[in-house]
Order: sequence, then structure tokens, then C-alpha cells
Amino acid sequence: MPLTPVLSAHWDEPDSFTLEGYRRHGGYQSLPGVLARHPDEITQLVKDSGLRGRGGAGFPTGMKWGFIPKDDGKPHYLVVNADESEPGTCKDTPLLMANPHALVEGMIIASYAISAHHAFIYIRGEIVHVVRRVQAAVAEAAAAGYLGRDILGSGYDLDITVHIGAGAYICGEETALLDSLEGRRGQPRLRPPFPAVAGLYACPTVVNNVESIASVPAIVNAGADWFRSMGTEKSAGFTLYSLSGHVTRPGQYEAPLGVTLRELLDLAGDVREGHELKFWTPGGSSTPLLTAAHLDVPLDYEAVGAAGSMLGTKALQIFDDTTCVVRAVLRWTEFYRHESCGKCTPCREGTYWLVQLLDRLERGGGTAGDLDTLLDLCDNILGRAFCALGDGATSPITSSIEYFRDEYLAHVEQGGCPFDPVAATVFAGASA
Amino acid sequence: MSLTDDTQAEMRGIMARYPHARSALLPMLHLVQAEEGYVTPEGIELCADLLGLSTAEVSAVATFYSMYKRRPVGDYLVGVCTNTLCAIMGGDAIFVGLKEHLDVGNDETTADGVVTLEHIECNAACDYAPVVMVNWEFFDNQTVSSAKDVVDRLRAGEEVVSTRGPKVCRFRDVERVLAGFPDGLAGEGPSAGPASLAGLELARQRGESAPPAPATTKTTAAKKG
Repeated sequence: MPLTPVLSAHWDEPDSFTLEGYRRHGGYQSLPGVLARHPDEITQLVKDSGLRGRGGAGFPTGMKWGFIPKDDGKPHYLVVNADESEPGTCKDTPLLMANPHALVEGMIIASYAISAHHAFIYIRGEIVHVVRRVQAAVAEAAAAGYLGRDILGSGYDLDITVHIGAGAYICGEETALLDSLEGRRGQPRLRPPFPAVAGLYACPTVVNNVESIASVPAIVNAGADWFRSMGTEKSAGFTLYSLSGHVTRPGQYEAPLGVTLRELLDLAGDVREGHELKFWTPGGSSTPLLTAAHLDVPLDYEAVGAAGSMLGTKALQIFDDTTCVVRAVLRWTEFYRHESCGKCTPCREGTYWLVQLLDRLERGGGTAGDLDTLLDLCDNILGRAFCALGDGATSPITSSIEYFRDEYLAHVEQGGCPFDPVAATVFAGASA
Repeated sequence: MSLTDDTQAEMRGIMARYPHARSALLPMLHLVQAEEGYVTPEGIELCADLLGLSTAEVSAVATFYSMYKRRPVGDYLVGVCTNTLCAIMGGDAIFVGLKEHLDVGNDETTADGVVTLEHIECNAACDYAPVVMVNWEFFDNQTVSSAKDVVDRLRAGEEVVSTRGPKVCRFRDVERVLAGFPDGLAGEGPSAGPASLAGLELARQRGESAPPAPATTKTTAAKKG
């Protein structure tokens, strides 16, 4: 399957993040045509393209826009989720660093489609250079007349506010993000009502991922059929796959949905020399682990689901045979405990006890019965937590016990971790 | 106290960015850190006054988010990613190495007040693991020795440049950017680092690209425009 750089096509140009660099390749050319059409036509075009949310859930983007009520007299809002924090996920950050104008143009198109006049970009605070690039892009777009009053003489008004978070993984959950954007603790809201009905300030709101919105200008320019000519029937288009970990050339690989890890590893120079693939995440730490048995699973929403995991954010974290799976899972679980917002008991208390058990297993004080307790705890969190954070916390645990039960038991039998952490580092063998 | 009338005026400016003023609270707290170095009781009072909230309501928000500090931070906040992938790739060794080298524990500041060390969660740069952040600028592909070198140069007052961004500014200067006041440094650093370009460069070598856009679509759009 060939690589299909679209979003990343010009990242190697030194000014790709500027207005001039973006316009050199047709940037903002879609706007006059878009603003001359009925907003519903734009929503229909995105529906026809088959674009699905790139933030993890894969919900059809055009359908989300279509849920916004018409002529209800309330303000409508577009909120872009740039709170990229799912462990392993590192696609929106380089996208915003190198090509922020694709997001801004996409936001203008999406806002027009849902009749919003104020849109927000919620960027996590820990990536200040991304913040600078987005602030500059919004300012450049406004100065060029793509934002503000009567955009390009169309009569359409739009303002974009760049909003910076303050360190909380939970704010990637769309309703927690909205609470945070309203100046509150970032805790998820009960749904229904869904944001399309009562979102930001209790008004109809679309929350979309960065990559989803940044893909819209290309769809408008080249058409739904062109977009559908890439990918699979139900998972259309191109997307950014992020390879990290024990791979020769980690990085961003933009390819059609449905490419396999085997193909991507071929491109990335395979697992680092002298080692073999042990386990990997298809889409961040909240997606159940897969193994070498899953190298040929097409990386689209349906096939990864059928393999017992989720496509998620396409964050392919690769771990080789030097990695202790118990250590890896313990560290992720510590993350979920730290990031649990505390609103619901299963997640708040459950993640606390999961860490205790995993920590004692990794340090050699565990028992074989701890595995049953872990699974029982997970069973009491999955589907019983208030939002997806709790569910996600169980994914690495249940999947690792499924595939690597013997390795957990080896920790019990040997009274400690059988792995050398130095061997797993990128500077193993070299003088660090 | 450094919270002046100018700070108040800037906070009102932040409030004006939003349809509902309370939305300004997070950037206002970033501005408090820019002025005070951390979230001070005075800063909380000012935010509460301006937004018509109680100080308890503002504190409830300030204590929820990990970027808001309740004690003074050094000029340079050094964060070592110890989430799973970075930890395994060497982040754990880097964090241990820096603790020893600086003689501080997690969330502690060196005696000279220059460097505060902490371990951080995934910072969205996994293809550059192991990652260290200095005042939220990227330091990619670190080793124990390269990270020690970075903190040594910071403490010696030397210029230290991010691997994908500008020369590192002081903690307070960066907090000002996060409050929504640009510092003019957006053009610094490359468009993309090497790992971000891995797929693109390979596509160029292999002559691969997305299918060309059908000419008719573009024409139609242009005509309607």
C-alpha cells in the first residue's frame, strides 16, 4: 500500500507553518466556493466522504455536524480538541507545528457548515511551541481576512479563540474538555444531553479532533470520491500513523486506512536490529495490546475491533523482546491513577488498587491469585466508570494477562522482574 | 507583590476573548504564574474578584491541573517523561541520573533556584523518545548525558535551544504565552523534526503520493466562488 502524504505533504518546507507556505499549495482556495454554498451542502460533502473522527472513537464527522439543530436561535460552537495526551499519541502535535493553517481553514469550513460564529481550539498547555504556531496562524488568517467580520465579502462572521489547558489528560474527553473550557475542573458530564444539543455554555456544540478538521480542506478541494478512493469502504481516506518505540525509524507515516503493521514496519526499517516484536498498541495505551500474531490486521476501525482492540489514535507503540510487559502495564496504570478525575468511584478507587497489585507483582511480592484480583477489579471498572478513562485503564491489564500470563507468573515464581531495564533503552550498548 | 493594575487590565482582556468570562480562568491562572512564578493566594483572590467567584471556587480549579504550581518554581522547569514508552526507552534512567546530578527529588528545586525537576506524563512526542521538556519546549531523543548537559548549561546561564523550537525562555515568559500573549518566537525552529518527516521522505524516495485531485472538482469550486 503506497504512502499518501496529504496533511504532511509539505512539512519539509521551512515555512510550511506560515500563511505564505500554506497558500503556495492551494491553502484557503476552497473558502470562496464554500462560503457561496449552503452550509448543509458542506455537511453532506463531509458525510459523503466517509471521514471518521481521528481522535480515537471514529464517529462519522459529517454525521456529528448534522446533529446540530437548525434555526434554533441559540449560538452554535465548534471546539477543536487539541489536548493530545493519550500515551503514545503524537500526531496532532507535529501536524499543528508544521501545518496549523490546515486546521484553521478546516475550522472555518466546519464552523460555516454548523452555523457557528465562534470557534475554539483547546490545546494542552505542555506544548508551548505548538501554541505559538497556532496563535500565529490564527493571527495571520485574521489579518488576511479569512476570519472576523464578513469573511471574503460573504457576509459570514467567525472568530477563533486559542485556549490553553493546564495539564489534565481527562480534558481530552469531550465533555470534560467543555467543562474545562468553561473555567471549571475538567470532569466529564453525563450524556445525554450530548454536546450537539447542550455543549459549550449549554449550546449546540461540535467537538472534533485536530486531524479530523485538518482533513476537511483536502476533502472540499478534491471531493468525497477522491477521499474514498483511499482506505476501505467503512474506513475511508488517509490518516497519520505514528510509530514509536523499538522501531528503526520511528515517526509519522501518512497512509490510507487499512494498512497493516507489517507494511508500516517494512517502511520504518522493522523492529530494531537483533530483536523481535513482542507487543504493540494500535492506538494508544487505552487500546488493548496486540502481538506479533496481529501483524496482518488491517489498521482500520472494523478490523482492529474484530481483533479485540481499537484503532484509537493510530499510535503504534512498538515494544520488543527486551521489554517487561508487567513494568509497561504498571507504568500505564500509574498514569490512569494519576489522571483519574475522581468523579466516579470505580475509576478513582479502582485505579488506585490496580497500581498496588501491579507494583507488588513487578517487585516480586505478588501471588498468582493477584492476577484473578486484577481481572476482577477490571471487570468492576469496565462499563461501570463514568467515562472512557476507566474503561481505558483496564485495556492494557486484561490484554496483557491474556497474552502474557506466563510472564506475570514468572515474576511471582522468581520473586521479581526477570528483565534488565537497561537492555530495553534506546542507548543500550552505547555509553549513555 | 507583582500583580499590578496592568495585570488586572490584561486579565480583563483575557475575559473579553470569551462569550462567558469564567472561561478565562485557566489562562488567567497562567498569567498569575507569569507574574508571580506560581499560583499565589493573591493571584487566586484577583481571579476570584474579577470573575465574581469565591476563592474556594478558584482554588478548586487551580488544584485540579498539574501545570499550576503551589510553590515557587525555578527559572527552568525540567520535566522527564516517565510514561511507559519513554520510561522504557530510557526516561527512567534519565530521571534517576538527573536526580543524582542535581541532588534533588521529584518536584524539587536546586539550591541555586535555577532548575525544578519533575517527572511528567506523555507529552505527545513518542516518536522522539526519550523526551525531556524544559519549560514545555521539546528536547528530543535524550540520553542521560545529554540531559545532564542541558541542565548544566541552564545553571551556567548559557543559551540552550530546543531541538524543535526556540532558545529556552524563563518559566514565567512561557507562562505568558500560555496566557495568550504571543512572544513572537513562532518562527523559530524547524517546521518539523526528523521523525515527523520519516514517512514523507520515504514517500518522496519511492515516488508515492495521494492520488491526484480530479480536475473537475477544483474547477467547480472555483466557478462557484
